[in-house]
Amino acid sequence: MSTVVELRDGVVAYGDRPVLRGVDLTVHAGEVVAILGANGSGKSTLIRAILGLVPLVSGTLSLFGVSRRGRELRGQWRRIGYVPQRLGAGSGVPATVAEVVSTGRLARRGMLRPAGAADRAAIASALAAVGLADRATAPVGTLSGGQQQRTLIARALAAEPELLVLDEPTAGVDARSQSAFADALRAFVAGGSTVLLVAHELGPLQPLVTRAVVLHDGAIAHDGPVPVPAGHHADPHHDHVHPHAPHDPPGIWTGP
Amino acid sequence: MSLFAYDFMQRALLGVLITGLAAPALGIYLVQRRMALIGDGIGHVALTGVGLGLLTSRSPVITAVVVSALGAVAVELIRERGKASGDIALALLFYGGISGGVFLVALAAGKTNANLMAYLFGSPLTTSRDDLVVMAVLGGVVLAVTLLLRPWLFAICQDEEYARVAGLPVRALNLLLAVTTAVTVTVAMRAVGLLLVSAMMVVPVAAAQLVTRGFRATMHLAMVLGVAAAAVGIWIAAEYDTAPGATIVLVAIAAFAVLAAGAAVWRTARRRAGAAGGDGEAEPPEVVLQA
Repeated sequence: MSTVVELRDGVVAYGDRPVLRGVDLTVHAGEVVAILGANGSGKSTLIRAILGLVPLVSGTLSLFGVSRRGRELRGQWRRIGYVPQRLGAGSGVPATVAEVVSTGRLARRGMLRPAGAADRAAIASALAAVGLADRATAPVGTLSGGQQQRTLIARALAAEPELLVLDEPTAGVDARSQSAFADALRAFVAGGSTVLLVAHELGPLQPLVTRAVVLHDGAIAHDGPVPVPAGHHADPHHDHVHPHAPHDPPGIWTGP
Repeated sequence: MSLFAYDFMQRALLGVLITGLAAPALGIYLVQRRMALIGDGIGHVALTGVGLGLLTSRSPVITAVVVSALGAVAVELIRERGKASGDIALALLFYGGISGGVFLVALAAGKTNANLMAYLFGSPLTTSRDDLVVMAVLGGVVLAVTLLLRPWLFAICQDEEYARVAGLPVRALNLLLAVTTAVTVTVAMRAVGLLLVSAMMVVPVAAAQLVTRGFRATMHLAMVLGVAAAAVGIWIAAEYDTAPGATIVLVAIAAFAVLAAGAAVWRTARRRAGAAGGDGEAEPPEVVLQA
């Protein structure tokens, strides 16, 4: 089984505040790994480090078996589809769903090369996979939160990635979008691809997840099967309120 | 219309048409980034370039391109760091630029205040053949960059972090956009003046997006509106002897007002016609209330 992500002793700090304290994470091809943890436990920082959006203070990262630091990894990032938590803030001008999704294709398209038939086909099938084919010409600003989230997933799928990295894909998403999203992910995994996702709760994704990594205060507390909810967490009607992680210093002024 | 039989009027018309086409094509990226007023700041910086050119008896257009490009790159580096103190840094740069320009122009012997006004508020009627050639070449560069690189520039302005993860050369594209902004400022300087440059970058885009749904459509409509405002504005200026730069900008703002009113009327009419059967997939209800 080939290794897709390999992080060894990864340390990340915002200013003087350590956020990840020596994390080891290995993801093999075909796995669906969920990173779980309370707010402030470092789970988003972990995937941002893997994506190269925040620098490692120390430790080594290799993607698809390429273990060099910095610029050389860029070629490997092209093989990753990234789904951020929400649509970027920079959208002062209207843009259609198809326009946003087609930016996902640019990673595969050479600079200044016009879009070809393969590009158009990939965009159409990505839109179909998330159930937004009939909304291609709608402005993204008019969509619901769940539909915007599906637009971002389609954008990642359009790149035909080998690894999909998702940051809280089901947070604040309506039930219909959640199941459309689970279907898209199931089809993606069936093709032998790898998924790494950060989640607060798994919801309809639970059956897909093959392994869970629980972060606590910047370190890995559990790496193995999905933990079974215990106590009041097992109650399907439990009110989902989490306190912030302990040792969460008032770092608002030194944050990213 | 007979006025347009004169050479100087034809040059003025061509000059403002180039500006009307190129400025919104670049401006849309600034609006998308919510940095609509950056063009204004770069215009301030360009005045120092004009002053340098007049003082050293070089072409003010060339020195303005160079100085405003340096200014635009500085702005981009400040933006990239995203520091809270960026605001103050920009203020220092912009006001340093405009006072440096006024200072240098005043130093340039034999150059009167009227000359300074021409750069601040535009003077299309004095466009020379050489000016026009420079404007056409620079305008062509702006159009080539903004139209040919649209998918890539759209990607970095729409979601810069995603573009970085996707492996696009984000930094190079940002710097290219900054330098192209500076070139656009210099193109528009002759037509509407450095203080109104930003208006031609922003107002046609703001007007177009009132009635469009997508980015490409907004870009094309904004270019059409920019050209139309330039043509109507220079005609009014010639017929009624008004200030050309200001007239062009006022025509563009009038277009914005007309489209805003039209869009409001259209939306109201559509709502009256019944919201039912409208928008396809709606948010499913979370609860059903029983009466």
